[in-house]
Amino acid sequence: MASPSARGQRRTAALLLSPFFGLFAAVTLAPLLYAAWLSLFTTRTSGLGFGGTENIFAGLSNYARALSDEAFRDGFLVIAAYCAIYIPVMIGGALVLALLLDSGLAKARSFFQLALFLPHAVPGLIAALIWVYLYTPGLSPVIDLLRSGGISVNFLSVDNAVFSAANIAVWEWMGYNMVIFYAALQAVPREALDAAKVDGAGAVRTALSIKVPMIRPAVALAVLFTVIGSIQLFTEPKVIYNASSAIGSSWTPNMYVQTAAFQNNDFGLAAAASLLIALFAAVLSFAVTRFSRRGSKP
Amino acid sequence: MTTFSTLSPAASAPEATPVTSPAPRPRQQRRVAKPPSVLLSKAGVTALLALATLYTLLPLTWLLLSSTKSREDLFGTNGFALGEEIHLVDNLGHLFTADGGVYLRWVMNTVLYAGVGALLAAVFSVAAGYAFDKLAFPGKERLFSLVLLGVMVPGTAMAIPLYLLAAKAGLVNTFWGVFVPGLVFPFGVYLARVFSASYVPDEVLEAARMDGAGEFRAFCRVAFPMLAPGFVTIFLFQFTQIWNSFFLPLVMLSDQDLYPVNLGLYVWYSSALSQGHPEDYLLAVVGSLVAVAPLIAVFLMLQRFWKSGMTAGAVK
Repeated sequence: MASPSARGQRRTAALLLSPFFGLFAAVTLAPLLYAAWLSLFTTRTSGLGFGGTENIFAGLSNYARALSDEAFRDGFLVIAAYCAIYIPVMIGGALVLALLLDSGLAKARSFFQLALFLPHAVPGLIAALIWVYLYTPGLSPVIDLLRSGGISVNFLSVDNAVFSAANIAVWEWMGYNMVIFYAALQAVPREALDAAKVDGAGAVRTALSIKVPMIRPAVALAVLFTVIGSIQLFTEPKVIYNASSAIGSSWTPNMYVQTAAFQNNDFGLAAAASLLIALFAAVLSFAVTRFSRRGSKP
Repeated sequence: MTTFSTLSPAASAPEATPVTSPAPRPRQQRRVAKPPSVLLSKAGVTALLALATLYTLLPLTWLLLSSTKSREDLFGTNGFALGEEIHLVDNLGHLFTADGGVYLRWVMNTVLYAGVGALLAAVFSVAAGYAFDKLAFPGKERLFSLVLLGVMVPGTAMAIPLYLLAAKAGLVNTFWGVFVPGLVFPFGVYLARVFSASYVPDEVLEAARMDGAGEFRAFCRVAFPMLAPGFVTIFLFQFTQIWNSFFLPLVMLSDQDLYPVNLGLYVWYSSALSQGHPEDYLLAVVGSLVAVAPLIAVFLMLQRFWKSGMTAGAVK
């Protein structure tokens, strides 16, 4: 029935797809399913710990425990506060920088583009090591400078840790997104800009009412990836926690999971919490795509 | 779920029309172009960009300067100034001999995890992306939405599930426990599909088919070379991703000899802070510089590729 060429295409497709999907099944689907299975059990140590451990079916109680645990819920509040600072500052900053580069007024454009992008080549852990030095009282030249201006801050306190973590992420990602926005801006058709000029619109007005709306899809995609990234917050606070344990070992959801698994050996709870984080991230990114799609259709 | 692909094309044409409409508006006479403010002068714009550059480059300057300092100077002199003496050579010697030369081992591990891992991940992504774009097979869009689901599941949320499965399979604290997860890159498949649609014209494939080349041959000989720039881009993306990964190796590995650089630096750093080994702090700083320098060089050399890759998702 199927022509030889259609059969050939199908066979080749199977050949080309199988390495990816085989591995995808092994390192994404299988672990998720296995974690889902394990999340239904809880480990009980019999007797005084000499009799070994046994796994008891626990239904959804691990999920209930995670959701009713204030430490876990607080982790999401921390992420919410972090997003409220990080996303506007980083996306806004990247957008402003891209518009400045695109304004035709900037000199040395390719130098600035590179210099602003450079932090992205630094792995997150190293970025955190650098910044935490700059946050540490007694070492930091930044704190010394602020103090000479009469300002004293403790970057590592519970209250300020959200800012400190957000700043590290802004440093890493602002230039990256600026490069994306700048490329999108350069694809804006010339005629639209010329027409705006004829209409007497100034540079700021052109930027706000023509350029920004036209690169909206690029901005929406950047926000989506930033949201997915934010939920995963782990490396930066882990390094901050090492320098000052003020923030606690379960400050973000991922830190909570790690603590549950490796300090309390509560793998059922860790599995349940991991899946809740993954689910939350998937739902949120779905919502962000939906929202930005609806927004782009007038 | 074609969310990503529908997000993108809107970028270009249709929304431009209302602005370009030639009909003169009465508003036009009233509105006089305002004289640009100081901030919008050439000097103002350049100054703002320079300020942002200061923010991005100062921490890197700190890293560079600190790597040249002795331990006393690292804790005793201003972070943004040179120390009393230049200790860079001593520090490097110390870095490569500490703990029996373990740093070099970490570098080699990282090259394997990130370099070889990203290379294979890019091959698999390009193959799959090409199949999604150019070949007809049943259930295509349903399979592709599985790929998009993979894009949306955060990588670090996978760390504990991967650990649990690896524990079951006896792969915890082995090379494979960190290496294999790096081979899968769903976003790379998405990118490869976009690249294939724009780099490989259907006519070229038709011609290859007419010449009697089988589908697989057409992919290897005709399409793959045309996808080379996309391949490099996907490789770079996944390379940085694996380089950056920290949570997974942290939970998976306990044997120092298997660590990637990231984890090794972290262990030195935390032993300096919590176990009273201040000399390890300097090791972490110098080790950071040595790890970052080649990455910056690679990014500078391969600018064309990462730029095209980053924008492919957004503009096309």
